[in-house]
Amino acid sequence: MTLDVAWADRWTRLSAERITAARDELTELDRQIGDGDHGENLDRGFRAVVAKLDGSASGEQPPAQIGDVLKLVATTLMSSVGGASGPLYGTAYLRAAKVTGLAELDAQGVVALLEGALEGITARGKAQVGEKTMVDAWQPAVDAAEAAANGGASPADVLAAAADAARAGAGATVPLVATKGRASYLGERSAGHQDPGATSTAILLEAARDAATA
Amino acid sequence: MSAGPVGARARVALVLVSHSQRLAQGAVELSAQMAPGVLLLAAGGTDDGGLGTSYDRVSAAIEEALQAADGAVVLADLGSAVMTVESVLDMEDGFDGRVRLADAPFVEGAVAAAVTAHGGGDVAEVLASAEHAGGTFAVGAETPGAAEGPGTTDGEPAADGGTRAVVTLRNPLGLHARPAAVLARLVAGFDASVAIDGVNGASVLELMKLGAAGGQELTVTGEGPEAADAVRAVVEAVEGGFGEV
Repeated sequence: MTLDVAWADRWTRLSAERITAARDELTELDRQIGDGDHGENLDRGFRAVVAKLDGSASGEQPPAQIGDVLKLVATTLMSSVGGASGPLYGTAYLRAAKVTGLAELDAQGVVALLEGALEGITARGKAQVGEKTMVDAWQPAVDAAEAAANGGASPADVLAAAADAARAGAGATVPLVATKGRASYLGERSAGHQDPGATSTAILLEAARDAATA
Repeated sequence: MSAGPVGARARVALVLVSHSQRLAQGAVELSAQMAPGVLLLAAGGTDDGGLGTSYDRVSAAIEEALQAADGAVVLADLGSAVMTVESVLDMEDGFDGRVRLADAPFVEGAVAAAVTAHGGGDVAEVLASAEHAGGTFAVGAETPGAAEGPGTTDGEPAADGGTRAVVTLRNPLGLHARPAAVLARLVAGFDASVAIDGVNGASVLELMKLGAAGGQELTVTGEGPEAADAVRAVVEAVEGGFGEV
């Protein structure tokens, strides 16, 4: 399975499906420690992304490269999500798009994409590991991807390593006390809940993994 | 009652970005009362009017601001509003440096920035005015220069050749928001540095913080080329009662 523009298209559509399926779960997580709109916001954003992809399939020029798909996701999420996840994920996909002007991703290309996304999120949100944010899923995902790529794994296996690490990272946010974002207003009371942004990150990277093996 | 550059529009417009459409609109309304010559644009809420911020609304407001003014200063209320503004600036490469996001409290920063823009300030000056508001709006904050007020004797010319006058507030409500803005705009129009009871006469927030009530005496001091005219104008404005007597 090659990671080309068709994969990027599948990843995006699968992301939309999975986010829709997880909408209530994400909203419930966010209701506990945030403003309760994460699931709804992301669902709206990814529905808009799919509408754009369909529109470009019927009318305009379809995205020719992986980077074009990611850029379309970025600009659409920024303008349609509303909450903090719009600019955060928007910037993540935008920075990811900058490093993937390639027709096809090799293992290091996957790492570069993930690194770009993490860099975008930290540039925008200024969070670090351990602050109970989506960085707690992205950072382990990047670390695991690097290790896998350096160990000679295939591009699809690099994605799988990243997705598994993101899921574990999301789970590890449960005991953390939030010091960034809306959850930080709750202080100690934010402990005991899984971070919604880290959870949606795991969902998106699992979709990337599954789109590579579908 | 405008003390800005006569017949000229302000060089800098403000874009006020809030999670709430009504909050953004309210901040525009409040700031407009103090700075009628400044283009103030609200970018609040999501595209469907819900709570949140819209990339498209923010970028449209900034573009509208730049069509009418040389530059724009943006104020935002909470985390994701700030991030949305940063995203817009990122995507547009900062609009060639014509747009700056202020690290300032939303309401106080907007009011201070609007008055400075009304006085003809450029982007850097308006930005500084907004950001300075964070240090002045809290009750009990130290006010620079406040200590020099008492101790001097009424009617005495200042030792350095500056001008000094004492005037009594005639309007019953004293130096509340609107009169404070009138004075700040007035002061900004002169090539002079004017202090009122020891605080910067060009800062609407510092003037409001004096909490000067009707009947209270104010000490006005001025330095610089137009100090005498500036002090005289302030005295006349105060004696005129701001149209409230």
